[in-house]
Formats: sequence, structure tokens, C-alpha cells
Amino acid sequence: MLPRRPVNRTLPLPHKRLQLMITCLCDAFYADVAQASVEILEHLGCEIEFPEAQTCCGQPAFNSGDWEAARRVIRHTETVFGGNLPIVVPSGSCSAMLQHGNALCFERQPDLPQIVDLGRRAWEIVDYIVNGLGVRCWPGRLAARAAFHASCHSRGSRTTEAASRLLSTISGLELLHPNEPEQCCGFGGSFAVTFPHISTSMGNLKIENLLALEPDFVVSADMSCLMHQQGLAQKQGRPLTVRHFVQVLRDALRNGGFLGPA
Amino acid sequence: MNPQPLDRFAERLRPEVRQSVHLGCAGATQARLTALTRDFEDPEPLRRLAAEIRQHTLDHLDTYLEAAESSMRRRGIEVHFAEDGETARKLILSLLRDHGAQRICKSKSMASEEIELNGFLTRAGIAVVETDLGEFIIQLDEDHPSHVVRPIAHRNRGDVASTFQKHGLGDWDDRPEIITRRARAYMRNQYLSSHAALTGGNFISAESGRLVLVTNEGNARFSLAASRLHIALVGIEKIVPRDRDLSVLLGLLARSATGQHLSVYTEFIAGPKAPGQPDGPEAMHVILFDNHRSTVLASSCREILRCIRCGACMNVCPVYRQASGHAYRHVYPGPLGAVLGPLLRDPAEFPEMADLPKASSLCGACQEVCPVDIPIPDLLLRLRDRTHREKIPSSGSSLPLREWSLLASHPLAWRAALFAGSAVNLLPPALLPSAALRTWSQHRTLPKWRGGAFRAWFRLRRRPGGPEAEALALEAEELLPGTPV
Repeated sequence: MLPRRPVNRTLPLPHKRLQLMITCLCDAFYADVAQASVEILEHLGCEIEFPEAQTCCGQPAFNSGDWEAARRVIRHTETVFGGNLPIVVPSGSCSAMLQHGNALCFERQPDLPQIVDLGRRAWEIVDYIVNGLGVRCWPGRLAARAAFHASCHSRGSRTTEAASRLLSTISGLELLHPNEPEQCCGFGGSFAVTFPHISTSMGNLKIENLLALEPDFVVSADMSCLMHQQGLAQKQGRPLTVRHFVQVLRDALRNGGFLGPA
Repeated sequence: MNPQPLDRFAERLRPEVRQSVHLGCAGATQARLTALTRDFEDPEPLRRLAAEIRQHTLDHLDTYLEAAESSMRRRGIEVHFAEDGETARKLILSLLRDHGAQRICKSKSMASEEIELNGFLTRAGIAVVETDLGEFIIQLDEDHPSHVVRPIAHRNRGDVASTFQKHGLGDWDDRPEIITRRARAYMRNQYLSSHAALTGGNFISAESGRLVLVTNEGNARFSLAASRLHIALVGIEKIVPRDRDLSVLLGLLARSATGQHLSVYTEFIAGPKAPGQPDGPEAMHVILFDNHRSTVLASSCREILRCIRCGACMNVCPVYRQASGHAYRHVYPGPLGAVLGPLLRDPAEFPEMADLPKASSLCGACQEVCPVDIPIPDLLLRLRDRTHREKIPSSGSSLPLREWSLLASHPLAWRAALFAGSAVNLLPPALLPSAALRTWSQHRTLPKWRGGAFRAWFRLRRRPGGPEAEALALEAEELLPGTPV
């Protein structure tokens, strides 16, 4: 999605009830990321609602220019995530769609106010934990070198700073920052297949910068970036392990004995 | 999948060109960041102020254009309006002929590139010399600029040395100082024998009528010093309300473009030579140039006209770095060009350029560095929407998005698809059921499909015990081996 200013949002309710949007990518491929989201939020005392009818944020059609198709999906999402609870998403990209892209897609639609309201309730998960719940320090431990990939759709949001701060408090975890951190890895949704040469060339540059840090894994807010980076590396026979922020947070808790064993 | 022209161009780009582009862009991106963070604790408010100044001007452009016109006239500047390229070209030629000018020195102007002025004047028998070093090299090679600030971003010094050798400007030598010295020696004679100076314009103050020109080589100043006539071709969007607005914009322009505090030469030109002044042009004509800018102003992409041509968006753009400026088939490359290119064409030609707004991963780096905070990704998206609504085929997505949107708005069908999707795990890449998946798999592996596994896990933990839980546990175990259930 796009760079944007922090939105004026609904504050999380004191009893920490929230709705979880797991994203289509985690629904189809990365169940463990969705699971880790639940585990860390429950560890923090949150009560999680998972609306079963959820599907996708609508971004694939929106980015491809089919705004009519995108609006169909966004309206569905707006219905599914009714009420006034915060909506927490383990993705910088999908939360940017909810907070910013949706409003652009509906700029000339009569139901714009409802869609804007949906965006106000949306949080990227680490932003929620750090800036919503006020968590500043993470318990547990994880002995590892982690290369930090700042996902593009977290630009202009508070996610990158929040994640950087929170992860650096984990005992044993060494956070490493690559060269040219502002450069996109080339995923870009349908861009990855409509511009395959440019997309993979961008990805190769990113992988070089990440692997140069000799990390145990790459960590990011978005599985979409990580899917592309790992897919590229794997095809070339180069090992590249990827972890979502929430998996790192969950693993640290588990190692510290705060959760049951895996 | 239809191959996209820009992707194909990037694939065929010579490695040494890509390397020149990449090195130049990475260097400029770093220089910008260093300059802004060194000079300002937080450059964001400055960027937002600059954006407001530019947007305010655009929102009241009719008023400020009139004010600029009368301020300039008060200073003895002749003001003309040119609706399109043809009008501008004819006007320039007739002004040159009226003044008997056969030789002109030109300083860098992207507006003149829009209307292919050099070729037109040369055919009309006027000798034109580009005085900016980069543009001079472009002129020698009959090439085109590939960047708005560094026109030879696609060349390296070895190339330039060969060009100089070929055109009798000395033996092959690729030392930058030698190349510069030779160009300087050549240019001095050109300035002295020039009859007219043709410039662009970075800004015009509506308040004072001052024309602002920014260079690093002093070539605009030299051109003006020796010429009897000054013609400036300036886009109508280059107006600023007041002189003091320039203090914000000039500092941001230089820092964003090259990491300088200010460019080496910043000229404030307040009219033709006044009585008693020793030199300078006796006549000064400013041509306010539209060339579809009014159409852009009335469109949903008005914000692109805030642009002050610093080139920071193309420097940081990962797509530009892979494809180079010529891939954009237009005067303005990179993220700026992906928006402006299609819009500055005749509306009937929009379809030919409609692929450009798709040539972006929407990473947003361009907006992040833009000194006037143009929401370039939003504008690219609006153009994609327009392309889709106007059913322009060349840029039509080959993904079945309508079908996908139906699936994603019917939760039962969605869940069924999640479970059915695991068939993908069993297929070799060549047999994958969509062109998109096959293209993906040419260069990348696909992650294992685990559709619905989380849902099964989540339902189960809500209802521990009982026969239903056992069935769900089996389902979850099958989908997510090793997951605690």
C-alpha cells in the first residue's frame, strides 16, 4: 500500500477485546503467523474475536485498478468487522489498505464514512502492542541474529519504529539492519508477475543486502515480502529463513516459559 | 501474461547502463538524506509546508498567473501564453527571427524537451548549443535525457570520453576534470557569439515577477550575459505566490536533488537590462506554457503539478534503477513520469502510455522523499482505476480479479476454496492452474498451501473435549503437522 500519516483512531478498549483479521495470505499459507498472533495477544490478556466470514482486505483488485471488484470485497469486510472493537492485523500492507487505500477506493462513494470508520479501528499488530497497549519491553529470550526488513507498506506508519524498539528488548536477539533499507524487495502483489524481470532483480538486490548480514532469519511485518524473498532465495538454492514479527515474539515467550511448549 | 514494455526494456538494458544508473541514484539518494538530516532536526514539517505552498498555488493558479503576468509586465518583461507545443515553437522562432538571432545558447529546460525544440529550430536554420554539460553531451550524441537533473544518468565517463573524441574535442580521456575543461573552453566561444539565450525557469514569483533559474555550472548566467535576447519557456505551474516562498522551495530543491544547501548559481532575473546596466539581454520574453497542464489541473492527479523537478523520486525508485529513464518513453521518467507522461500527452494518446502507472510496486519511496509530498502512489492508483474504467486493453490485468472478488465476498465459497487449494501442493510448477502462478514459479518457489489450518486450530481451542474437537484436531494435524492442538 502507501505511505500515510498516522490515522485518528479508536483507542483500544480497556478490557482489551479486539477483532483479529488474519489476512488472506495467512489464511492460505501462513497459519502459524495467525496462530502466533493469537498466542501473543492472549498472553497480553486480550480477548480475541475471530469473525469466521472474513476473507481479504481487497488490495489485489485495488492495486490492479479494478476498484469495482475491490469495493465489493471491502464492503464485505466492513460488514464482517462490524461493531466498534479495534481490528488487529498481522500485516503492514493490509492495515495500510484498511487505513488509507480503502478511503481512496471509496473517495466518490456514498458509503465512504463507514469505510473511513473501519480504517480508524484498524491496527497493524506491533503498532497495537506498542502504541495501543503501551507494551515497551518483551519478556522471554531468543538467541538469534535477525535481519530486519522494513516493509514498504509500513512507511509513514509507526510499525517499523515500534517493531524495532520492541524486538530490541528481547534477551539474546541481535537486530541487524541491511544497506539500502528504503529499497523495495519487488513483491508488489500482481507487480511480481506482471513485471517479473524487474521484480526478481529488485528481490535479488534485497536478498544480497539481507544475506550480507549473515542472519539466522529475516524478520518483517509482512509475509508477502517474506514469501517473495524466501521464494527467490530457495529457487536459487540459497537458504533464507523468514519469520514474522509475531513469530519472533511468540518464540521468545515460549523460550522463556511463558507459553506451553511447541 | 502480456510482457510489459517497461519490463522488457529493463531485461534488455546493457549491464553498464544499469550500473551507471544505479550508482548515480544510490549516491544521490544518500546525499539527499545526509543533507536533510544534517541540516534539520525533522525535515517533515518543511516538506509539508512546501507541499502546502505548491498546492495552494495550484488551487488558485488562475489568480496567481494573472498576478505573475502583471508583475512581469511592470518589469518590462514581455509575457506570452502558449497553449501547446506548436504555438510555443512558432512563437520562439518568430521572436528569434524578429531579433535576427541565428545562434542561440540554451540552458537546461525540460519544457523545451517536451516540444522537441532543438530539432525544430535546427531545421529552421538556427544554430542551437546546449550549455549544460550533460545536455551538451546528449546533443552531441543525438540522445535524449534519461533523468530530470542528471540527463546523462545512463552514461559513464568512458562513454563521454568517446563522445568527445568522436566530435573533435580532444583525444580520449575520461578524467572528469579534463572533460569539463574541454567543454568549458568550447562553450566560452559559443557564449560570446550567441545572439539569444533560451532558458527554462524553476520558479516565477507572482508577487515580484522575478524569474528564478537554478544551475550548478553557471551556464544560464553566461548565456544571458552575452545575449541580446532572453526567451524563457516556463510551465504555467511554476508560479509561486511570494518571493519568501522561494526560501522554502530553493533549499528543499537543492537538498533533494543533489544534497547541496543551494545550487551553485541561483539567478533571480528581474527583467531585461535596465538603463545604465553594463550587460544583459535588452529584451526578455517569458512564455507561459500549458501543453496539457490545464487538463492535469482539472484531473484527479492535480497534485503532480506541485513537482519542482528535483529528481529525488527517480533516484530512490527501485523500478527506475532497474529500467533507466528511457524505458518511460517520455521526457519525464521515473515515478514522476509514470504519472505525468500519460497525462501530458494528448488525451487520445493516453492508452499508449497507460502501462506506465502499472510500472510500480507501490512501495511509496517516491512520496517519502518528495520535497512537496506528492502522493505519487495514490496518483498511480487513480490512473490504474481510470485505465480499467476506460477498458484500455494493453494494460488490462490478466489476473481474474472479478472472479476473485466474488469469492472474497462469499465466505462459504472462500472457505471451500481454502481447503480445495491444497491441490496446488501436488502440482509441478508447469501445471499450475493460472498464468500468474506459473510466472511466479519460474523464479520463486511457492510456499506450501495450508488453507484453513488456522481456522481449524482456532475453532478447536474454543471447544476443548468432545467428538467434534477430535475431528478438528485431526483436521488441524493434517494441515499443520507438529502444531500443538
